[in-house]
Amino acid sequence: MTAFNVSASVGGTRIVGLASHQPENVVSNHDLAARMETSDEWIRERVGIVNRRFADKDESLVDMAATAGKKALEDAGLTAADIQGVIVATCTMPSPIPNAAAQVADRIGVKAGPAFDVNAACAGFCYALATASDLVRAGTAKHVLVIGAEKLTDWVDPEDRSTAIIFADAAGAVVVGASDEANIGPVSWGSAGDLAETITIKDRNSFIHQEGQSVFRWATTQIAPVAIRAVELAGIELSDVDVFVPHQANLRIIDAIAKRLRAKGARDDMVVARDIVESGNTSSASIPMALDHMRAAGEISSGDVVLLVGFGAGLSYAGQVVRCP
Amino acid sequence: MSIDGKGTSVSDNVLAGLAEIVEEVAGVAADDVTAEKSFVDDLDIDSLSMVEIAVQAEDKFGVKIPDDELANLKTVGDAVKYITANA
Repeated sequence: MTAFNVSASVGGTRIVGLASHQPENVVSNHDLAARMETSDEWIRERVGIVNRRFADKDESLVDMAATAGKKALEDAGLTAADIQGVIVATCTMPSPIPNAAAQVADRIGVKAGPAFDVNAACAGFCYALATASDLVRAGTAKHVLVIGAEKLTDWVDPEDRSTAIIFADAAGAVVVGASDEANIGPVSWGSAGDLAETITIKDRNSFIHQEGQSVFRWATTQIAPVAIRAVELAGIELSDVDVFVPHQANLRIIDAIAKRLRAKGARDDMVVARDIVESGNTSSASIPMALDHMRAAGEISSGDVVLLVGFGAGLSYAGQVVRCP
Repeated sequence: MSIDGKGTSVSDNVLAGLAEIVEEVAGVAADDVTAEKSFVDDLDIDSLSMVEIAVQAEDKFGVKIPDDELANLKTVGDAVKYITANA
């Protein structure tokens, strides 16, 4: 029997472009306190957020995703013709079909390869990055555009002070390409469907609901081991990690996970992303956007060893080590 | 109630251990963590800090404190009683 052809695999992958996009409209804690029973102090204490950005009615999720995607191509020095696949991580499209990725590919001018969405909620970016990395490594695509994009304000009850203060809108994007050596490590991932009920949008007429204490307990105890496993899979030590970029869920969760990593050997001078303070929780957009903001601010440098970990509804989780582009 | 060799009751030891955890998590002086105090009303501890306290108490005392049980632990004394009974 004749064996089929296989695509020629490559030695490794890396992030070759990085960008993000946020809507113009900045909403402060004081703005929220003016329209609901909350306060700047309460929000800072509970979630660590000071400002967040909400998209206007006429700025769609696809608009934000396409803008971030185009900027990531520019950052990579590539054009749409170089891209052979578009993956959009999102859980907040206005409707289940059509997906976001096909429209984003069309807006950017990508003609080749698959365009599909990944829904792993706040873990979505790390899921999509792992998928893209494997597509490139297997030789299925030369470059894949990976975008995390959310318009959470479409799915948040503006009167619900437990969620309206947290969630926001944004998009972040990377381009994954081939490299001789691995600059994106193996993914550490999984799911916990037994806790599915803790973060939900029940149906088309419902808003996001989360059981804060249950999610907080899960995130502060179960996610550090996922991150540590990603470091082990990459074949490095926790002390080699220069930058830690967890999903920007809640500053207290971020601090709790970082504390556990440091107790296991991460350095005290490891830079920890705190983009949530000025951006809110933007689900699948938060990790690439935090990375982009930190690089733009000069807090991290090209070549830094960066540990990513996403976690959220599903429940779902994923992490990997990457080199900062 | 059982007594150890030094004449200290198990619940006194649990209270002292719990007070250390509350001090570390919430910055409340351990001496202020007494049985009659309400976590929320007297010690100003919010729901997320309660989870952190529960997680650390689970490790320290080898007890399970699920979220629905946690909601019933209004005072420090309630927590000491629960931990002593379930450890």
